[in-house]
Amino acid sequence: MYPRGLWPLFALPGIVWLLLLFLVPFYAVIAVAFGTVDPIFQNPVPVWNPLDWNYDYVLETLVGFLPGNDYWRVFVRTTEYVAASLALCLLIGYPVAYYISRHAGRTKSLLVALLVLPFWVSYLMRMLAWVNLLAPGGYVNDFLTWTHLVTTPPDWLNGNPYSVVLGLVYGYIPYLIMPLLASLDRIDKSLLEAARDLGASPFRAFVHVTLPLSKTGILGASVIITLPMFGDYYTPNIVSGSPQTSMLGNQIDIFFHGGPQPAIGAALTMVLSTFLGVLMVYYMYTVAKASREART
Amino acid sequence: MTAASASLALPANRSALRRARDWLANPWARPRFLVLVTWVYIVWSIAPVIIAIQFSFNAGRSLTAWQGFSLTRWYFDDPENSVWNDPALQGALIQSLKLAALDMLIATPLGVLLALGLARWRGYAAEAGNLLMLFPLVTPEIVMGVSLSLVFAYLFDFIEPSTTAQVLGHVTFSLSYVVVIVRGRLFSIGRQYEEAAADLGATPWETLWLVLLPLLLPAILSSMMIVFAISIDDFVISQWLSCGADCDTIPIRIYSATRAAPLPSINALAAIMVYFTIAALLIAYFLFRFLTRGERAAAGRSVVAEMGGFDI
Repeated sequence: MYPRGLWPLFALPGIVWLLLLFLVPFYAVIAVAFGTVDPIFQNPVPVWNPLDWNYDYVLETLVGFLPGNDYWRVFVRTTEYVAASLALCLLIGYPVAYYISRHAGRTKSLLVALLVLPFWVSYLMRMLAWVNLLAPGGYVNDFLTWTHLVTTPPDWLNGNPYSVVLGLVYGYIPYLIMPLLASLDRIDKSLLEAARDLGASPFRAFVHVTLPLSKTGILGASVIITLPMFGDYYTPNIVSGSPQTSMLGNQIDIFFHGGPQPAIGAALTMVLSTFLGVLMVYYMYTVAKASREART
Repeated sequence: MTAASASLALPANRSALRRARDWLANPWARPRFLVLVTWVYIVWSIAPVIIAIQFSFNAGRSLTAWQGFSLTRWYFDDPENSVWNDPALQGALIQSLKLAALDMLIATPLGVLLALGLARWRGYAAEAGNLLMLFPLVTPEIVMGVSLSLVFAYLFDFIEPSTTAQVLGHVTFSLSYVVVIVRGRLFSIGRQYEEAAADLGATPWETLWLVLLPLLLPAILSSMMIVFAISIDDFVISQWLSCGADCDTIPIRIYSATRAAPLPSINALAAIMVYFTIAALLIAYFLFRFLTRGERAAAGRSVVAEMGGFDI
């Protein structure tokens, strides 16, 4: 129907764009990380040929990740924040997605529209909103002192890890709920009816039917928010701005924008992407396994 | 048995706590606990933003204490600090709109072509292309920011950190969203309309232009909307490719202002962005409804999902 070669021709500009501005830049990170530093001007000299690579910066960075060293502490802190935020997101997000998918009835479209609303408000705007609320003399502290829950209002915005987790949860939870809702919506309702007909209580039906069937959805939604959370640096900077709460992303940011040492920054970026790549591969492996099991 | 008669049968002197628990966990009623969680979540997710917008109308300089209502002080009236009169804020607004518009104009056609190509082209190269297209969706923005800033510094060094670099970066991360949305629509309309057109003697060009393009229009429209929204929302890529104060976008302004002593004008700036997005969203929604009229009645429900395009 269409001339041969039309579709490759259509795809060509986009693929060239992605090669030049996504894949090649990624190689530039590797080349800088394995590069040298100009002895006079102290600026990095990328090495493009893998045979001439200089392993000093990457090794130095990897040593930093050994238990007890600097990056190790930052890595542990980042993992703690991300794990706490993910757990909270799931704890809040799953019941919400479950209710909307299963019981919302006529209010479903309204609820979905309300869920989508935060997507249309800039992330930074939403963080600004919390900075306003948590500021000394802001609504949160007013409320806490008015109800006599605390006598001296806490300092939320200077190195408070709870504020960072709150910021992360508030920022990323919409991205968890939407895919979770989509996966819960796909569950075949007749399986639940069958479970109930065979005498399972609503609770047992949930534990033995709904929960296992939504496992891939939970995993997928978790990966969708875990990857960007590991690379986040602006949330801790905005709601805390203290080295005590700095995450891996902050370290990378500091090496480029603070005291510029791009070679180490690039090595850190490489380590971070490798780690996230492993997470990604594990996720794809489980999805592939689940779909293989579903087929047999 | 109704909920009312069930509670009558219980002793009257139950504590308030017990009664609250029974009300929540009453197995005969709707799942009240879930209703409560859902509505509390929705209020919690929206209220802070509404309060932030409210403070953009504060008559005083405070961002934490309400000092009376002023509709226009931080938007137009204040001679130095309002969005209209502060060159830094005005510049950020213009830069954000400029980037979003350019991104929309470049990423949409590029993405539509790529989606068509990848969906129809068979072979290993197409599969590799599909994989490559998915990567920007899962790459943390900081990794993309670092890599783009390094490639512009050491390889494509004819591109300085500038508006041009920012546009290139924005197009790179928005391209995949366009592809995902358009490809979904391509699969749902199938090939029968094009085959019918070809059977009736249309040339390939006519089939593309008169059959496929009008059918794809709703998806093209939603991807333009999405591209606009994610571009105006973007902070990381804009910051890493920024040329300094002249390249500041609204999110970069908000970011630097929160660590200084912000005035309500920063809330006004952020609020303007919300107004823009809501206006664009409403226009796109009604256009979308108009373009897909006559399709299945169920289409109305999927509008939100399709415009969100999150089911990757």
